[in-house]
Amino acid sequence: MATTAQPGASLMGASVRRKEDPRFITGTGRYTDDLKLAGQTYAAFVRSPHANATINAIDASAALAIPGVHAVLTGEDMKKAGVNPIPPGWLHPGIKIAEYRALAVGRVAHVGNAVAVVIADSPTIARDAADAVVVDYTDHPAVADAVSALKPGAPLVHADAPGNVVFTWQLGDAAATDAAIAGAKTVVKQHLVNQRLIANAMEPRASLASYDPAADELTLYVTSQNPHVHRLIMGAFVLGIPEHKFRVIAPDVGGGFGSKIFIYPEECVVAWASKVVGRPVKWTATRSEAYLTDAHGRDHDTDVEMAFDANGKIVALRVKTVANLGAYLTLFAPAVPTYLYGTLLSGQYNIPAIHVDVTAAYTHTTPVDAYRGAGRPEATYVLERTLDVAARQLGIDPAELRRRNLIAPDAFPFQTAVALQYDSGNYEPALDKALAMVDYKGFRAQQAAARAKGKLLGIGLSSYIEACGLAPSHIVGSLGAQAGLYESGVVRIHPTGKVTVLTGSHSHGQGHETTFAQIVASELGCTIDDVEIVHGDTGRVPFGMGTYGSRSGAVGGAAIFNSLQKVKEKGRKIAAHLLEAAPEDVDFAGGNYFVKGSPSRAKGFGEVALAAYLAHNIPADMEPGLEATTFFNPGNFVFPFGTHIAAVEVDSETGQVTVQRYVAVDDFGNVINPMIVDGQLHGGIAQGTAQALWEGAQYDSNGQLLTGSLMNYAIPKAEFLPNFETDRTVTPSPVNPLGVKGAGEAGTIASTAAVANAVIDALSPFGITHLDMPLTPAKIWSAIQGAKGGN
Amino acid sequence: MYPASFEYHPAASVQDALALLAKYGDEPKLLAGGHSLIPVMKLRFASPAHLIDIGRIPALSAITDGGSAVHIGATARHASVVSSPVVRQKVPLLAEVASHIGDPLIRNMGTIGGSLAHADPAADLPAAMLALGATLVATGPAGTRTIAADDFFTDVFTTALHPGEMLTEIRVPARGAGSGGAYEKNPDPASGYAIVGIAAQVQVSGGTITAARVGMTGLGPKAMRLAAVEGALTGKPATAATVAAAAAHAADGLVFVDDARGSAAYKGNLARVHTRRALARALAAATA
Amino acid sequence: MAEINVSVNGRAYTRDVEPRTLLVHFLRDAIGLTGTHVGCDTSQCGACTVLLDGRGVKSCTVLAVQANGAQVTTIEGLETNGALHPLQAAFREAHGLQCGFCTPGMIMSSVDLLSHNPHPTEGEIRHALEGNLCRCTGYHNIVKAVQIAANTMAAGGSAVAAD
Repeated sequence: MATTAQPGASLMGASVRRKEDPRFITGTGRYTDDLKLAGQTYAAFVRSPHANATINAIDASAALAIPGVHAVLTGEDMKKAGVNPIPPGWLHPGIKIAEYRALAVGRVAHVGNAVAVVIADSPTIARDAADAVVVDYTDHPAVADAVSALKPGAPLVHADAPGNVVFTWQLGDAAATDAAIAGAKTVVKQHLVNQRLIANAMEPRASLASYDPAADELTLYVTSQNPHVHRLIMGAFVLGIPEHKFRVIAPDVGGGFGSKIFIYPEECVVAWASKVVGRPVKWTATRSEAYLTDAHGRDHDTDVEMAFDANGKIVALRVKTVANLGAYLTLFAPAVPTYLYGTLLSGQYNIPAIHVDVTAAYTHTTPVDAYRGAGRPEATYVLERTLDVAARQLGIDPAELRRRNLIAPDAFPFQTAVALQYDSGNYEPALDKALAMVDYKGFRAQQAAARAKGKLLGIGLSSYIEACGLAPSHIVGSLGAQAGLYESGVVRIHPTGKVTVLTGSHSHGQGHETTFAQIVASELGCTIDDVEIVHGDTGRVPFGMGTYGSRSGAVGGAAIFNSLQKVKEKGRKIAAHLLEAAPEDVDFAGGNYFVKGSPSRAKGFGEVALAAYLAHNIPADMEPGLEATTFFNPGNFVFPFGTHIAAVEVDSETGQVTVQRYVAVDDFGNVINPMIVDGQLHGGIAQGTAQALWEGAQYDSNGQLLTGSLMNYAIPKAEFLPNFETDRTVTPSPVNPLGVKGAGEAGTIASTAAVANAVIDALSPFGITHLDMPLTPAKIWSAIQGAKGGN
Repeated sequence: MYPASFEYHPAASVQDALALLAKYGDEPKLLAGGHSLIPVMKLRFASPAHLIDIGRIPALSAITDGGSAVHIGATARHASVVSSPVVRQKVPLLAEVASHIGDPLIRNMGTIGGSLAHADPAADLPAAMLALGATLVATGPAGTRTIAADDFFTDVFTTALHPGEMLTEIRVPARGAGSGGAYEKNPDPASGYAIVGIAAQVQVSGGTITAARVGMTGLGPKAMRLAAVEGALTGKPATAATVAAAAAHAADGLVFVDDARGSAAYKGNLARVHTRRALARALAAATA
Repeated sequence: MAEINVSVNGRAYTRDVEPRTLLVHFLRDAIGLTGTHVGCDTSQCGACTVLLDGRGVKSCTVLAVQANGAQVTTIEGLETNGALHPLQAAFREAHGLQCGFCTPGMIMSSVDLLSHNPHPTEGEIRHALEGNLCRCTGYHNIVKAVQIAANTMAAGGSAVAAD
């Protein structure tokens, strides 16, 4: 339950009600599609109905004849105007980068690939006109799944990527892994498909661009998780507009889950077209367009070998993965199935030898990039699902098998076999707490009793670790990132002592306006209402890398914290000057500077702020003003961990799964606002559970998306889910001054394997050891029949 | 998301609507609640040139007690059907089935006639019409005629209504002592439409099932009665054994295909399981 | 074009609209009430939920002409004399929203629910919200918010002062 902030009290760790809520609960939030500029026009896209086709001709005459149509623009028009392809933001040696044009030139490579745009006076006219554009295509065979795409003779997605290989990538010691597997007592082998998902943020993507000829300045409002990244890539690489002439504003953003990180064709087109037609241009995706064009997630095909000694200790892990990246490379795509995946394959476990081999493939499908968790859910699924298969094979209880292999608490910092160094961790207490909360032993007894009556109960564990707080610029740079991943935080104290914070993080639901204000209020002893958090505007915030990879608290929050220390330190010098004391004799607490030992000799923070701006009486060598900027670049990732446990019942007659209980014990280090962290966890658990049970994008062999709407792609409804039971352990992160870790993705990372394991556990009386997700009733029922020797 | 242009014609009366239908030939569509039509127009799967709004015709949405039958106006909203005291008392199965349509917001706007005339093969109401032996009243230029529910659904999205006709009323025979009904639905997790829905209404007298009607939706091109199941119930003792034996015939004569919703075998199984569950509840209600 | 008269949040509007105008677009574009959102094109997400003559409907699946002569209540019309509706207050209190995009529809749908079922169980709340999708909260805190509001309203609280 939320609490109301008390001025003066530390707000760190308090479930403060959110500052952003009043606008959202009254309908006064401002999302991109809510904005309306004078003279605004509307864009509608003409999209390819084919997955692989040559564009022979585009006839816009009928569209142009419709009153209210300003322009019909094509890829050739954009190319002639000097607009460049959209580049990926992460490179690997030997990577084959296909030209990704905002509007296709000559050929299309997935259904929904934009071919032309209509700009018109109203959205209805734009849609009518887009329907009237006639495109002559020659359709070619397509390939939608990555394993097929890599086979000899498969239809080629791009002529300059032979065999449809984007890149191959390896990590770990292959020879040591081979040797350990060869000498192991037991080798557990499993083939796993981590199916393709579609993020489905409730707010569809939108963009609105306006060009001001007087200032020669372009303003783009866009549904972005990282407006500065949008400005950098669109300005410097695609459109050729310098930063000081290009302002990107991401107003309220209605969810992202990764899908609003990337630089999309539509926003490039809208930005360019606004200058061409000399009017503001707005585009808002329909949900159908979102399904076809928002970057998808996951889509791995993996073979795992996990080798054990006679005591059930893992001696080696070999993972071979084919990753489907779709038709083009978007911003983080090359990083997701590699550095965000392979490096996590040690999990919470002491695994002496690991080798991972990834082949990324082009296919005639929508591009695949980061979706909540991005690589880490895939890695967790590989480990946690395989561990359950192994537990069954070895005859060891799944909880016990995990416990035997945990990294010991005294082993930190722990160097894994896959590059990461875990700085901190203590895994067993979280495991124990989760087992106690769910009453694991009691459940096993209940399960046995239920089985005797033909009722199928199952329980599944997932002990996860994740590397988040995506940051260390020197590390990501050495691994191929084309940008640093620090974060900026400006703390500006106004003469009255009120505070404006400028942050490069950008909330799209995470509640930064509240949690960041809590950091400020706790440090300065003010109330959160004295603090304004400004984000999402390149015209106001100096720079930023945005919100993804559970990095806002650990990187963006830390930047603000450090700026607060700078401000407080300067304030201390001013206060000391005013109090005629030595700075080292002045303390700061509860919003007051005071002389140590004589609290009555004090200056309020507001007085000091005013003095800083009046500058009538400050130290002689000091500049006026009270403001500080920090670019925080931590030395490492942060490593949240925990154990999640799901309990399910399966209806053996219909295959229907009911999630009965869901228990999560997580270690996010210090927690700023438990209410918000729990909320992040709940949503993540829902999405991860959804992957286990309901969601899955499906293409047919011609590259047609069969699950292209909410009518056939099932995101969870309220009724599908139980209440979630959450608790925590606290192991503060040493890499940032707040001791915080990331909490935005943990629920998704952990829950998929927990729920899948629970379902398979329920089916174990039939000898079923694995089914690929989503675990639909039809699939479960068929597996039971197969096990019974039926169908 | 933006329908194509059309002309809008609010009809003041049934006669007015029929005249408009006649005037615009094949082009018009009737708009009641709009919850079957507007979605397909938004996606431009349908782009009628004329819409005749029958949602404003007074009395066409009335639900009345006709003694031996409940009379439901074609534009009665699903929510009205669910909450109607006369429906709940005299044909509770209909209220139960209607409560499974879409979601509460859709039920507040969608109409019984609109859903039935749309004849979606996965809609809930057709199964209820079949199980309850309803009569559908069509009004056209030549006057009014009645169509038995058994004859109304002819194919995918196709009914026995003639061009120029409109559905004006649904008459559902009232149920009395010894009669019980139940609806068992397995909804698609995305769309909420029935993968299978079984509506069963049974009459029990002196421990014997004297009549049974079972309507199935979702697994065929149209809603249909499960004749083999009904045959295996009638005249048999009202027992679980009878139910189990009858439900085993639920997929008799039906041809299923493997698709995204599951294998043919799975669908046959769903038909049998949900038929058994519906019958068990219907019997319990009949003998309560 | 067709002329329609609609009362929105107690204020009368007369506008000429294309017959194909959806109610949600009328609200957002013609009269500038952008609190009602569009999240899908298949009548499923419920972000566009408003009250039409007191009943919750999906305004993306209602033509503006169908609302001619009707009373519409949107999220902007829920406050009374500057005081939040108990559901608005409860959504904030229970952290029943994150990105806020589904929130107006979720609240309007809950208003509809509590108007005919003032004491819903957890299961009834989850069932009643099947026409409203949220991708952020996992619904846990939304359910809690509706329970809190139901209690507030049962205790006679009609509105909560905004702070």
